[in-house]
Amino acid sequence: MATAIAEPTGRAVIEEAHPQSFLRKYLFSTDHKVIAAQFLFYTLFFLMIGGLLAVLMRQQIAWPTEPLTLGGILPETMVAKATDGAYMLPEFYNALVTMHGSVMVFLAIMPMLVGVWANFLIPLQLGAHDMAFPRLNMLSFWTMVPAGILTLASFFVVGGAAGAGWTLYAPLSARPDLTGVEMGQILWLIALVFVGLSSILGSVNYITTVINMRAPGMTWFRMPLTVWALFITAILGLLAMPVLSAAGIMLIFDQTIGTSFFIPSNAAGDALSGQPLLWQHLFWFFGHPEVYILILPAMGFTSEILAVGSRKPVFGYKAMVWALISIAFLGFIVWGHHMFQSGMNPALGLAFTVSTLFIAVPSAIKTFNWMGTMWRGNLQLHSAMLFAVGFVAMFAIGGLSGVFMASTPVDIYIHDTYFIVAHIHYVLFGGSLFALFGAIYFWFPKMFGRMMNETLGKIHFWLTLVLFNVVFFPMHGVGMAGMMRRIYDWTGYQHLEGIGATNQIITIAAVGLFASGFLFAFNFFWSIWKGEKAPDNPWGASTLEWSVPSPPKHGNWSEIPVVYHGPHEYSHPDVTDKDWLGQNERPDVVTPAAGSH
Amino acid sequence: MAHAAAVNRPPERGLDVYTQKVGMWVFLCSEVMFFAGLIGSYIVLRFGALENTWPEPAEVLAVNITAFNTFLLICSSVTMVKAFAAAQAHDDQGIKKWLLATTLIGAGFLGVQVYEYNELINHHFTPSNCVVVRNGVEETCSILYGSTFYTMTGFHGFHVLLGVICLGWATIRAYRGHWSGGNSRGIEILGLYWHFVDLVWIILFTIVYLI
Amino acid sequence: MDWSLPPNFSTHGDVIDQLFWIILGLTGLAFVLVEGGIIWFLVRYRGTPSRRAHYTHGSNRLEVVWTVIPAVIIVVLGGYSAMVWDDIKNENKFPEDALEFTVIGKQFEWNVVYPGVDEVLGTSDDFEVRNQFHFPAGENVIVNLRSEDVIHSFFIPELRVKQDAVPGMDNIRIWFDSREPGQFEIACAELCGLGHYRMEASVTAHARADFDAWQASQVAENGGE
Repeated sequence: MATAIAEPTGRAVIEEAHPQSFLRKYLFSTDHKVIAAQFLFYTLFFLMIGGLLAVLMRQQIAWPTEPLTLGGILPETMVAKATDGAYMLPEFYNALVTMHGSVMVFLAIMPMLVGVWANFLIPLQLGAHDMAFPRLNMLSFWTMVPAGILTLASFFVVGGAAGAGWTLYAPLSARPDLTGVEMGQILWLIALVFVGLSSILGSVNYITTVINMRAPGMTWFRMPLTVWALFITAILGLLAMPVLSAAGIMLIFDQTIGTSFFIPSNAAGDALSGQPLLWQHLFWFFGHPEVYILILPAMGFTSEILAVGSRKPVFGYKAMVWALISIAFLGFIVWGHHMFQSGMNPALGLAFTVSTLFIAVPSAIKTFNWMGTMWRGNLQLHSAMLFAVGFVAMFAIGGLSGVFMASTPVDIYIHDTYFIVAHIHYVLFGGSLFALFGAIYFWFPKMFGRMMNETLGKIHFWLTLVLFNVVFFPMHGVGMAGMMRRIYDWTGYQHLEGIGATNQIITIAAVGLFASGFLFAFNFFWSIWKGEKAPDNPWGASTLEWSVPSPPKHGNWSEIPVVYHGPHEYSHPDVTDKDWLGQNERPDVVTPAAGSH
Repeated sequence: MAHAAAVNRPPERGLDVYTQKVGMWVFLCSEVMFFAGLIGSYIVLRFGALENTWPEPAEVLAVNITAFNTFLLICSSVTMVKAFAAAQAHDDQGIKKWLLATTLIGAGFLGVQVYEYNELINHHFTPSNCVVVRNGVEETCSILYGSTFYTMTGFHGFHVLLGVICLGWATIRAYRGHWSGGNSRGIEILGLYWHFVDLVWIILFTIVYLI
Repeated sequence: MDWSLPPNFSTHGDVIDQLFWIILGLTGLAFVLVEGGIIWFLVRYRGTPSRRAHYTHGSNRLEVVWTVIPAVIIVVLGGYSAMVWDDIKNENKFPEDALEFTVIGKQFEWNVVYPGVDEVLGTSDDFEVRNQFHFPAGENVIVNLRSEDVIHSFFIPELRVKQDAVPGMDNIRIWFDSREPGQFEIACAELCGLGHYRMEASVTAHARADFDAWQASQVAENGGE
């Protein structure tokens, strides 16, 4: 298979990798695969940190009036120590709420979707030697490092970590005198600027690579859906992140040099005042595209894994591409739907309702096409496939619960309740993270040259699926009961009297969900060293990355491959010896009629 | 093999533009959004301000000096174009001359901006303070005027500074003969950035100093 | 375990709840279709080495079907939502006869300014009570929301009312009612600092006579000032 033809233009063959020092090879590497692995370790670490923060937070919610288990080991800035144990302080709870969201969004999920997989897959799936700008690529990882260090450090500075929510609503985030948090907030904002820089550098690289570095024959509509999704995501990041950076810098100025962009001077709204709603507009102008940055790559992975696992071409490939593009476009004009109850002119709410509801259409198209892909397939239920199917099932719930809040009158009631918390986690965890687990199980052999353990993978899937639903499905109910978000202690409210047991069940399951992550981590690290050696193409997949050794060497290809077929050709009737058709298989070798779609 | 390649010659990939140039265009898109965020905020804050709290530009700023500075920056765009033309024409002396000129004019722009900031701060116009003299009486004005002024022009100045550093480096390379023989790509890309910075300034000058 | 909407007391709440249940029905149906379909496919098309998958790239007719059906549902739902939203939020539709109050949020309390016996705000008989909101049931109420420091959100679950109070924005106005007398709470729904969780005020919807009596007692209390 995979008879690569010398490229007609006679491009120089990359030289055999010369011996490199350890530092150049593993730390300051410009090889996109090494950078992807660096991002993977980085983001898995922060996934664990984010999970830990969540577990701490959940314990407080389930037993608001009781001391924390093991609370004694936390410093006095986080807990109040009494004779019967250590009680969590409300300011620490706010820091947990804020940093759980921030860490998960900016340091775990986003860089794991984009930093890891855009890096690893774009050159491999397009048939390029590396990214367009390898050194810029290295820089985009190393700008994430200070972001992570500053974030961790912010827990231990005077006043503790940022406590104004991950959305950083001003003026709470801008006025230290109202929160007691000064340094922590500034450190977090600086970290955010670093994240923005990293993301922009990465986006420039990904977009340029996709535009200009495709192998001969890799037309736009022969690109795997993963690359499409990552490409669209990079465009979103390119255009949305700088707005957040600008807003974040203005917020830093408000705190440090006395500007007042987002701070009204006093309650009377006198002439000098800044505008708190301006922050929300800027934040959500970034924030809603960000939501799609967090889900589009996951959709790409899922499409691809479903096709491989079903042994069928992606159902409605072009519809999938156009759905991605329209979701991205709509993503820029719906930001106001986060602000229905914010005091924004209600007439604007009407416009945002319409654009928001329309996002349901491409999302529905995608869901039905995924089901169409599975329909009459020959389903191979390996761990990666299970997670991809799990993604479809969970994303559907997250998408459907979104309809409630898009309907503005219903949003009046459920806005800022646990219903929203349930929604965001069905999309971000049930959606993005499920697809990410799938992607790791799927591409791990290519990345590390070894297989992950299937049995452990399946146990991990079922534990995750069940516990995830036990944690987050009841949150819809708690939200319907009216439980507000970010509440340190709900016991004082008469309308919340009935939610104690539900909250305790959620917390117990959340601890289990966190623990099941360690099963994954064990499988992951054990397989890196001890896993079964991976063949070049363990799944019988058709895209280009499977036509090179596992792991591919520096430079990926000795000669750039030539592409003849569409990306997801499985069970093609003219190919009889196997049930897949590699993108770079020469038509005259396989069969003359093998159609490139 | 050759036969197969000839028969099934796949469609060409990519644009007819070299990768570094595509990369710079893509990067500039992101820069557009960054300045759009700052300028958009300025517009919202300025038109949301109460009457008479937002001074006229001439009440606070030295418009004439900045008009001269704008002229300088436009000149530097011209010299940048000349440098690129020289590189394409294999005119080694021209490359050195025009790159050096662009660097110096860019540095001159920064010098004037530093002078301007210094004067303004001496008159108590800072990011967190706004004083305007009307009929011989000092009145306070919206501190957002200073906040937005320094943020927008400051970030533009920062971009100019980066540009001047790169130009200086390109000039040194010119004297080492790096750009000779029609090697004009680096100069073209730098030029794209420099023209973008120039364009942003023309917009900023219009909305901050003129309107 | 309480997994339902709290009992509703307000006129707006009827429509909001109705819309909630309509959407739950529609999304519930979609939920059953999607999840049921996935499970059915998993069982029905489980892989065996002897079988080969059906080779297809999709169907344009199906694409159109599952684009148009959700789009139609969405347009209808969106149109209805927009009408309801306009009825609730459009200030031009606020009732003329409503009794107006001012509620000022600040870390971490709600201060209610009452219009007094003349039922007009901004007159000398206005009085202010901390963390207690009394109003007559069965009458339209308009609240002018303000904040002194950070963003708070005025939330009374049983009346299905929620609105952010934003510092620097004077008088964000909301309209609601309570058809029956009842005892509720204002909760803060927007993170506002370390006391966010305890920023609650009691809400009492009185029968009109009781409200007048309560107001008289407050006036008498404040009369000495």
